[in-house]
Amino acid sequence: MATASAASIPTATAPDRAPALEMRGISKTFPGVKALDNVQLKAWTGEIHSLMGENGAGKSTLMKILSGAYTADSGGEILINGQLTAINGPKSARAAGIAIIYQELSLAPNLTVAENIYLGNEPRQYGLFADRAIMRRETAKVLERLGADFGPDTVVDTLSIAERQQVEIARALHQQSHILIMDEPTTALSTRETDRLFDLIKRLRSEGIAIIYISHRMAEIYELSDRVSVLRDGTYAGTLDRTELSAERLVQMMVGRPLSNLFNKQSHATDRVVLEVKNLTDGGRRVKPASFQVHAGEVLGLAGLVGAGRTELARLIFGADRIAGGEVWLEGKRLTLRNPLDGINTGIAYLTEDRKAQGLFLDMSVRENITISVLGRDALAGGLLNRAAMDRLTSGSIQDLRVRVAGPFVTAGSLSGGNQQKLLIARWIAINPKVLILDEPTKGVDIGAKAEIYRIISELAAKGVAIIVISSELPEVIGISDRILVMREGVIMGEVGGASGITATQENIMALATGTTEMVQS
Amino acid sequence: MTEQALTPEKTVDKKTWANLIQTAGILPILVVIVIIFSFIAPNFLTETNMLNIVRQASINIVLATGMTVVILTGGIDLSVGSVLAVSAVTAMAVSLMPELGWAAVPLALLIGLVLGAINGALVAYAGLPPFIVTLGSMTTLRGLAYLLAGGTTLINSKISFAWLGNAYLGPLPWLVVIAFLVLLATWFLLRHTVLGIYIYGVGGNPQAARLTGIKVNQVLLFVYAFSGLLAGLGGVMTTSRLYSANGVLGTGYELDAIAAVILGGTSFVGGIGTVVGTLFGALIISTLNNGLTLMNVSFFWQLVVKGLVIIIAVALDKYRHKGAGART
Repeated sequence: MATASAASIPTATAPDRAPALEMRGISKTFPGVKALDNVQLKAWTGEIHSLMGENGAGKSTLMKILSGAYTADSGGEILINGQLTAINGPKSARAAGIAIIYQELSLAPNLTVAENIYLGNEPRQYGLFADRAIMRRETAKVLERLGADFGPDTVVDTLSIAERQQVEIARALHQQSHILIMDEPTTALSTRETDRLFDLIKRLRSEGIAIIYISHRMAEIYELSDRVSVLRDGTYAGTLDRTELSAERLVQMMVGRPLSNLFNKQSHATDRVVLEVKNLTDGGRRVKPASFQVHAGEVLGLAGLVGAGRTELARLIFGADRIAGGEVWLEGKRLTLRNPLDGINTGIAYLTEDRKAQGLFLDMSVRENITISVLGRDALAGGLLNRAAMDRLTSGSIQDLRVRVAGPFVTAGSLSGGNQQKLLIARWIAINPKVLILDEPTKGVDIGAKAEIYRIISELAAKGVAIIVISSELPEVIGISDRILVMREGVIMGEVGGASGITATQENIMALATGTTEMVQS
Repeated sequence: MTEQALTPEKTVDKKTWANLIQTAGILPILVVIVIIFSFIAPNFLTETNMLNIVRQASINIVLATGMTVVILTGGIDLSVGSVLAVSAVTAMAVSLMPELGWAAVPLALLIGLVLGAINGALVAYAGLPPFIVTLGSMTTLRGLAYLLAGGTTLINSKISFAWLGNAYLGPLPWLVVIAFLVLLATWFLLRHTVLGIYIYGVGGNPQAARLTGIKVNQVLLFVYAFSGLLAGLGGVMTTSRLYSANGVLGTGYELDAIAAVILGGTSFVGGIGTVVGTLFGALIISTLNNGLTLMNVSFFWQLVVKGLVIIIAVALDKYRHKGAGART
């Protein structure tokens, strides 16, 4: 691995005044994992400071330390307006003027806007009753400052996601916060709502608030940022000034090497159709009739926004959900898929998106987690466990996939995200799949494990497995796929890459995924 | 990178330690209780009394073994006491029929199996919550047991299976031998069969189990049927000792069984636990009963102590989970 020397870390020129926020030498160790290693961050009043990094790079951990949800390892320092400040809980973070707007909003939906803003902090009348008059008046003031369309008495339940976000921001302003952290605030917003949010963010900047903005979306980073800091694998990869921004540079800082090396794509696609899906639908709720083919050795990408119906389509092919119409053909034979076992028995494997909730048996051993898909097949007479076969498969998988474990008997729950993911891939390789569907296979794994998962995918393709990869990370889906289908609102909108005549670029995929702009023909 | 493949992850030591505490956890408590009683309770530490304790525990061990398997899947079976009563009354009624005396035991076992399977079908295929299903069948079957017994106590001093409750195999009462065999068979099932791993899998992560191709419904049907079968066996064991059966038989047994399971370190969440732990749990309850009785502690106070022990056990369960870090 390339180690960046201190000199090569880009640091943007700093203004001539004390930063509103300075974090120095921040480290955070979880059992078995160093999530942050000597990270720094400086943000000034009246600037929008973006924080970038891959999943698992440590952005959320850093922000959780700042908001008091985690305590950093000793040795780090946090300075607010030049003053050394101890943040050891949400309360002290709030007192220091720091507010965080989480991805999953933290409002009580059954209460009014005013009640939410004052929650746990109500002004008292005669020391006993909440003084609603003050609450309403003050809330109305803050809402006006934000330009909100709703009043203090509106029940939060009736508000849209964008409006709820405004309530959270209002609460932050009401608490006199001057450092506002926004963690991927636009994921659930429409284009119009996003524009309004950006106007608001810029207004807050001009009012002298320091905003730390976390996002994966390059376009947002360009539009908003005064400065961008990048984290990589829990370390500080540098800061760029607005004038220095370029996609190549940011990506290089995030992954530590040029993208092409990471994917190392070689095509193994053949002409032999393995899987054919004809008008497959769940009745139109999440998946409209879908038709496509996957060939032996091919890696088919399935792109689209979250909620576009990709996972639901995959689950139909696997037999996990009820098929309402259409057909699935495997090597020229029509399949009857009533449950996942039908899919597995015919050679279809599906790696779920949420490995903890839907994949792993956290309290069970590595060996059991790997072999559970073939226990029945390998069993001795009378349903007795075939320990020899289990051990063989386990040690073979650990070696082939380079799973880092102390032994076959440690529990799956004790492994890191990347190793857990490899465990699940091993489980599916064990059934000798003809079709392997991988749903967000690199979600929450570190960059090293990512590269290895790409390598595994490539090796399986070389062996003739037909592979479908669902991924929301565009560079990834472009980097590993032979061609890409793009879904939007349950419909396959089109194909990019391969023989489609449309170049597989982020812009073209996003155009299909959002249904907005024109595509660039190659 | 490659040499890293051999480096153990740092959390392992802590984890193994926590697991060790989890499995062995309750045995020291049993030992401590035995030691305390042997000092303060008269006639406690005699061979006869030790055998008494184990014999008194034998029916609970059988019920609690079935209960362990159910709780491992994240379920519960509140109906075992009532199933025991229905089976016991049936066995006794059939034994009174001159032609059919031989059928008493097989029929009692079959009834337990079928009643358990009905519980299982309602949980697995109708998708009803185990607590509700077995609470309902607990009450229904209790009523049925009274009805079958005609509101009285059926007595037969010449049952063909009396040896079961009274004879010995070498130095050991048959009741104890049977409880031990049940325990051994279940241990083997959980540890050495595919079904055993599926049971842990279904309890540990039902969603993942289904998506891995495990027939979750069949596993659930099995565990409740198994628990029912063992409750039926419990009914046979009870009548064989008493030469009689009535509708009250086995009232509250489900709670003793659950207490033994929980004391033994099996998690209510499912997916974690062993029958060996359950054995220790059942022995603790039985030892407490026996020792307190020898000390002339009133039955009422015994209830108080038993209840407190259950609460402490659940607190320990929670603590153990924190220690193991398996769930948050």
